Amino acid sequence: MRPATSKRNFNRRRFLAGTSAIVAGSAMFATAGGILIGPNAAWAIAPQAITTAEAATLVEMTRALYPHEKLDDAIYAKVVASLDEKAVKDPALKALLQTGAADLKAGKWDDLDADAREAALKAIDTTPFFQTVRGECVTGIYNNPDVWKIYGYEGASAELGGYLHRGFDEITWPDQA
Amino acid sequence: MANKFELSDSSVVVVIGSGAGGGTLANELAQKGVNVVVLEAGGRHEIEDFVNDEWGSFSQISWLDKRTTSGSWRVAKDFAGLPAWIVKAVGGSTVHWAGASLRFQEHEFKTRTTYGELAGANLLDWPITLAEMEPYYDRAEDKMGVTGTHGIPRLPGNNNYKVLAAGAKKLGYTDFHTGNMAINSQPRDNRGSCQQIGFCFQGCKSGAKWSTLYTEIPKGEETGRLEVRSNAQVLQVQHDDKGLVNGVLYADKDGNQHVQKARVVCVAGNSIESPRLLLNSASSMFPDGLANSSGQVGKNYMRHMTGSVYAIFDKPVHMYRGTTMAGIVRDESKLDTKRGFVGGYEMETLSLGIPFMAAFLDPGGWGKSFASAMEGYDHMAGMWLVGEDMPQETNRITLHASEKDAYGLPVPNVHFDDHANDVAMREHAFGRGSALYDAIGAKRTIHTPPYPSTHNLGTNRMSAEARDGVVNKHGQTHDIKNLFVSDGSQFTTGGAENPTLTIVALAIRQAEFIADQMQKKEI
Ligand SMILES: Cc1cc2nc3c(=O)[nH]c(=O)nc-3n(C[C@H](O)[C@H](O)[C@H](O)COP(=O)(O)OP(=O)(O)OC[C@H]3O[C@@H](n4cnc5c(N)ncnc54)[C@H](O)[C@@H]3O)c2cc1C
Ligand code: SF4
Repeated sequence: MRPATSKRNFNRRRFLAGTSAIVAGSAMFATAGGILIGPNAAWAIAPQAITTAEAATLVEMTRALYPHEKLDDAIYAKVVASLDEKAVKDPALKALLQTGAADLKAGKWDDLDADAREAALKAIDTTPFFQTVRGECVTGIYNNPDVWKIYGYEGASAELGGYLHRGFDEITWPDQA
Repeated sequence: MANKFELSDSSVVVVIGSGAGGGTLANELAQKGVNVVVLEAGGRHEIEDFVNDEWGSFSQISWLDKRTTSGSWRVAKDFAGLPAWIVKAVGGSTVHWAGASLRFQEHEFKTRTTYGELAGANLLDWPITLAEMEPYYDRAEDKMGVTGTHGIPRLPGNNNYKVLAAGAKKLGYTDFHTGNMAINSQPRDNRGSCQQIGFCFQGCKSGAKWSTLYTEIPKGEETGRLEVRSNAQVLQVQHDDKGLVNGVLYADKDGNQHVQKARVVCVAGNSIESPRLLLNSASSMFPDGLANSSGQVGKNYMRHMTGSVYAIFDKPVHMYRGTTMAGIVRDESKLDTKRGFVGGYEMETLSLGIPFMAAFLDPGGWGKSFASAMEGYDHMAGMWLVGEDMPQETNRITLHASEKDAYGLPVPNVHFDDHANDVAMREHAFGRGSALYDAIGAKRTIHTPPYPSTHNLGTNRMSAEARDGVVNKHGQTHDIKNLFVSDGSQFTTGGAENPTLTIVALAIRQAEFIADQMQKKEI
């Protein structure tokens, strides 16, 4: 019963390790064996259609699209793994992702700070490349129960008896507001 | 026990669609001794099949057959292939619905008289009045177990309601409460009371919320006079050489086509599919489609003026806990043209989970501002604004010139432009919604544009005169006396209120008329 979509996005074969409580920040790195490894080896993806370097750029792009400090790169890497999986069977998508990543690189992506990255993306926000990656993020990031937990959405409740005895009317501050 | 009728049985009433209109009509007819076959395009998903999962439920029960959009409404840009968010399943959109059950106000049955001539608006008075509808509203409320009516207590207010109520009070509103909801606040009609599960839109797993799926339909089946065929999509309504309808062509789940003979046919496929079916049933005798001598079939499509306001506070809210539509402010629903528009609107709490919030809060939105709004999710309260929109002839369902569905039939195109009155009302409503939350210290308010239409109305409208509409005051088509329209497409105008109570009341009334006319051998 857990979200069909999140199952689709969570590719066990290409997404090698799960999330852990490791703080994001230190750089991810690509191995010679075609694996992109997150900081402290908290997660890793093995892209099949695109290169690890391209995948790394796309991970950064998804974060720039939906910048959440509390979210580990692992969340974003899952979105990229899902795009990569589709690209294996879809040469047009593969080309779109590769050209898109190359264009970002050509725009000195690596040297840009967060604001400059947002501006760089704004400049391409009508392109199919942008729309494809952004569209994937909407379910890829936000239909992920790990993300729900962090931002305070409790998900399915019927099997827990609903919220009748679990705080459906617990807040009192509005009465004093 | 549910009966089975022969395809060749030409004594049955065929009802197309099993939602608010069709499901209710079918049961009411069966209770009166009439044999009924309901043909429902979707599958039968019972309560145990429902999932507390927004996207999972969406793919399970939504109507996802191809549709196209045009016009200047934002839905055409944001959700080009999904003009409406409605259900394809036994129970129709009453599986999805929130349960708000409000009566129309008196003047809303007489908008042409009350509002006068309004440029671009195809206003018309209903051929019925509130006084005529009242006994049927009573029966509908009793049937559905509507809170705040018939001595049924209102539901307790959840967190989202507490925020709404506090803001409403601060703003000086006086007409606010936890609503008139077709949700059991105490056990009733063999269904339990609301467990505050919070997934009302995904199918109520406790059965507290009224849906034809587990009320009207099984009750009708118990009479032995109602058969529901699921996965049975009607492709065409057929007629004889006298111009009376005599059967329908439908496809079963394997795509095999059958003709079910009928004495009477009632169309209740919701306001996009119902006119589409009449148009797709064109013949040499009726070249413009069935019941379309007025040319009004498919026109005057209404979807309510809608919008949402979400507000982020310093303190937690957890709006998703409990009933999705947990309360209402009615002060703005009254007619007061000093606000710069005719008609009125309701303010009703609404909550989406994080998955849907990401898709709908600001469709297409991204970047720091969007992300920070999502981070405020558990500190967020929300309301939906729903008001009367103006019927316009150019807002209409047409058959697509080239796109075809799985059966080779033209898909529907939904064209919509806001009327200036709709725009003025939405702006006012956004302003008042923000003011309500600001009054109790919102840090940020967000104006969310309309979702794909959940209230689809008006495309086979009722009229006193045959030239002005498609059906008469009983939902009987002006052109063909044994062809009826039994869903929200009958609405002459939309009112400010959520439509389902009125759809159900009309279905109860229509069942009386059909049974009477059958008995008198008029049809
Ligand atoms: C998320 C959501 C929340 C809502 N909340 C509220 C609320 O709080 N209050 C309120 O009043 N209303 C609400 N509504 C609206 C309400 O659900 C509809 O107004 C109502 O169900 C419409 O009734 P209907 O009979 O016209 O159509 P439906 O209930 O949609 O039923 C139509 C049925 O016909 C079937 N059908 C269509 N074409 C064919 C065909 N060719 N052959 C066979 N079957 C066919 C469909 O599959 C469907 O099952 C909500 C709707 C949604 C989606
Ligand atoms: S909140 Fe109440 S009505 Fe809504 S799904 Fe839960 S039990 Fe049903």
